[in-house]
Parts: sequence; C-alpha cells; structure tokens
Amino acid sequence: MVMKKDKIKEIIYINLLRISGFISLAILIFIISFIILKGIGVINLTFLTSIWTHNDITQGGIIQAIIGTIMLGIGVSIISIPLGVCTAIYLHEYASNNILTKSIKLSIRNLAGIPSVIYGLFGLAFFVLFLKLGGSVLSASLTLGCMTLPWIITSTEEALKAVPDSFREGSYALGATKWQTIKKNVLPNASGGIITGSILGVSRSLGETAPIIIVGATFFISYLSYSPLDKFMALPYHIFILATQHSSPYAQQYALGTALVLISVIFIMNLSAFIIRYKIRGKKEW
Amino acid sequence: MVEKIKIENLNFWYGEKQILSKVDLNFSENKITALIGPSGCGKSTLLRCMNRMNDLITISKINGNILFNSKNIYNESIDVTELRKKIGMVFQKPNPFPMSIFENVAYGLRVQGIKEKKEIVKIVEESLKKADLWDEVKDRLNGSAFKLSGGQQQRLCIARALAINPEVILMDEPCSALDPIATAKIESLLKKLKNEMTIIIVTHNMHQAKRVSDYTAYLLNGNIIEFSETKSLFNNPKNKLTKEYINGEFG
Repeated sequence: MVMKKDKIKEIIYINLLRISGFISLAILIFIISFIILKGIGVINLTFLTSIWTHNDITQGGIIQAIIGTIMLGIGVSIISIPLGVCTAIYLHEYASNNILTKSIKLSIRNLAGIPSVIYGLFGLAFFVLFLKLGGSVLSASLTLGCMTLPWIITSTEEALKAVPDSFREGSYALGATKWQTIKKNVLPNASGGIITGSILGVSRSLGETAPIIIVGATFFISYLSYSPLDKFMALPYHIFILATQHSSPYAQQYALGTALVLISVIFIMNLSAFIIRYKIRGKKEW
Repeated sequence: MVEKIKIENLNFWYGEKQILSKVDLNFSENKITALIGPSGCGKSTLLRCMNRMNDLITISKINGNILFNSKNIYNESIDVTELRKKIGMVFQKPNPFPMSIFENVAYGLRVQGIKEKKEIVKIVEESLKKADLWDEVKDRLNGSAFKLSGGQQQRLCIARALAINPEVILMDEPCSALDPIATAKIESLLKKLKNEMTIIIVTHNMHQAKRVSDYTAYLLNGNIIEFSETKSLFNNPKNKLTKEYINGEFG
C-alpha cells in the first residue's frame, strides 16, 4: 500500500511541475506571437530606414530610434564591459577575502537590484547637470553603463568562479605568477561566460525606458544625428509614446511594430551570446 | 648523502587548528622519500609547505625552517615563482590544462619567457620521452589533453613538471585516481627519474611506499612518528604506532 501511495504522489508532483513549465512557455509564446502578429503589418523597408514623420506616422520610419538604440548599445558596452570585467578580475582573483572585499561584493549585488529610474535620477544630477553633458547619447550611455556595471561584474565573477582551482594550482606549481596564471589559464577558460554575461547585460539595458527619458531621450528629432552629444530617439521610449500619448489612429499598430524591432535587436544579441557560449562550451571537457 | 631539503621544527596551523607540529625531516638527493599516514594526518599539507603552495591559503600560519639547498625557503628574499620552478609538483587528481598536449608541456617554458620555437619543441619532446608518454601521443600533440586516459593525463602532468627541469618533484598521491596498470607505469617512471632528481611522494598506499621509496616517514596527527629507510620501517618498525599502522590494525 505504501508503495502505491508513493507512486501516486510521484505522478502528481511530476505533473504539477510539468504544468508549471507549460504555463510559463505559453505566456512567453502568447506575448511574442501577439507582438509579431500585430506588429508585422507595419514593418517594411520605409519603416526601418526612413526618418520619423511626426504628423502622418504612416509615411515615415524609425531610423533615428534604431540608430539611437545602437549608439546606446555601443556606448554602454564601451563604458561597462572593460570596467566591469577588470573589477571582477580584481575582486575574484586578487583582493584578499576579508570583510572589506565581502562588503564590496555585497554592495555590488545590491546595486544590481536598484530600480533603473534611480539610475536615471543619478544620471540627471551627475552627468547631465553637474558634468554639463546635457541630455545626450553620452549621458544616457554613462547612466545605463552604471546600471549595467553590477550585472557584468556579477556574471564575470560567476564565470571566474567556474574555472576549477586545479588549473590555477597547476599553473602556480609551474612557477607562473598570478598575472600569468590569469592571462594564460583563467581568462581563456572564463571567456565564454564573460562574453555571454556582458552581451546579456548590455541587451537588457537597451530595453530600459525610464532612465533614458530622464537623461536625454526625446520622442521626436527631425534629423538623423550620429553625434554622442545630441539628444536622441530610442526604441523603448518610442514605443511608450506611441502606445500612450499619440493621437494617430495607427499609433497602437506602430507601437507594436516598433516593439517587434526592439525585440528583434535584443533577440539577435541574446542569440549571439548563446552561440558564443555554445561554441566555447563545446571545447570544454572538464 | 646530500640533503636536498631539510625541515627543522616546522609547525603549521590552518586557522586555529594545528596541522603539523614540530616536524623534523631530511630528504636526500636522488632518493625517493614516501610520506605515509592515515587521511588527515597532515602529509599533503607538509608536501605543500615545500613549494609554498600553502601561501594561497590566507588563514594559514607557519613557523620553523625549510631549507632547500641550505637556504630557508620562507626567507623574505626568496622569490616564490623561482622556487616553484626548482621544486615541481604533481597533484592527486590529474589536472592537465584545457589545451593541447603540446601546449600543456610548453606552458612552464612559455611562463619562463622562452619564445624560441625550436627550443620549445625540443624540450617538449624530451619531457614527454622522460615521462614515458612520447610514443603514445607523438601523433596527436595538437589534440586535447582531455582526450587522454587518466594515467596518460597524470604522466602528461609529470612531463609538464619535468619540462622546466626541477631539482625536486613533489607528488601528492599521484596514483590515487588511477588503475593498477597505470599506477605500475608511474611507479617505474619514478624509479627512473630519481637518477636525475629528488622525489617526495605522499601516498596512502603502503604497498606503493614499499615498492618505490628509499625512505619512508610515517605521520600521525601532524607528528612524525617514525622516519627511516623504507626496508627497516616496514620490516622492523621501532614504534608501536607504526607497527599497528603497517599491520593494518589501524587507519
């Protein structure tokens, strides 16, 4: 009898877990297909390559917003990846494991949990006003860079932690210095995780709306600018305005079309992160 | 008999816990010395004191002297990386780097700043030959080291240590993860290598100590209980504790 009861329990729990999995998957598929189905109609070459026309939105495109988001992506990468990776290497490989280091690590993890709008406020006060950078791509890149930094530090640390200590010991035992060990042994083996974590961090930041509104994103600029010191358009903010503020009867549809473009940009970045991880993983055999 | 390494009154703490107390030992040149004892007796810790691998543990504390070629290796003027080039180490679990077989052996040379390709190729070949691995891997030097069997991996790690031409080689239970045939290969390799260097081997396998070593030290709870020629330690133990251990009544 006991056996039978256990078996029934087994079936119930497995199916509960299975149902949870299906529900999550269904939500995801629903959202994505909703956006694709509703948004695909407005996507054509004009929409992707033309300048935004404010009065008749069906005539123009979202090229300024696409360029703005790409520039932000490059800016955020330049600011947060090198600094974040180097910080993580220092914290994980060099800093002695004392209370100071531990509290730094803890505060970095807490920073990762601060709401993005707060980074926006900080960016406004520090980059825009104090450093007088104005509302610009540069201010927004610095702000999003600060926000992304703790994510990159954390994921790099995880990647370094995943390199077995036996590799480090083997290297030290051959008379290698710490830096030689990190350069020749640890980093090559952590690179997959570092690159993946960095790309995911940057792509996550590109979807942010609140902070960039505060530090320089605008809904409409009449020209296409590549200057990092200009105000800029960006895809997430464009979606927000179209969906909530615009009077055109087509606004909803164009919001969904823009959303599809944003999702595609992020999807391409995440896919490349996935491919890089898969390729580097494939070589590992420990 | 030349004393290659001489340990004088060595104490070692890991945090609050004393792992080694008042250890005195001599390791003779071109001999194999085995350190035996039950798990946790401090034999691996003792080994790791000799190439200062324990430096990596921040909460450890050490006092006493370890003289290598009559110089104290814990002296401030000693360069640890130079020391480790002269005192090589082979670990319990084979730990080849995730690189090709060739690059594994070349690693120590590149670390030393040797750039000339011809020289590296020559030393890699010599080292693999010394480690009795050359014939098995000469056709796939660029293949991954992880494709080798456990015994081959361990001999690769020995070749890697030999490449930088150490005077002493420390082995931390090098056969504990290997089958008897792979173990036999490594043991015969050790007997050959002792003509060129001093070997110190930690083992929990008493038969192995008996087969390969010239001298044996028995450790228990961080103390050296007995140290003498291997033959006399096993045939004619002076201490009751040693006798119990080698007769399998304990440990």
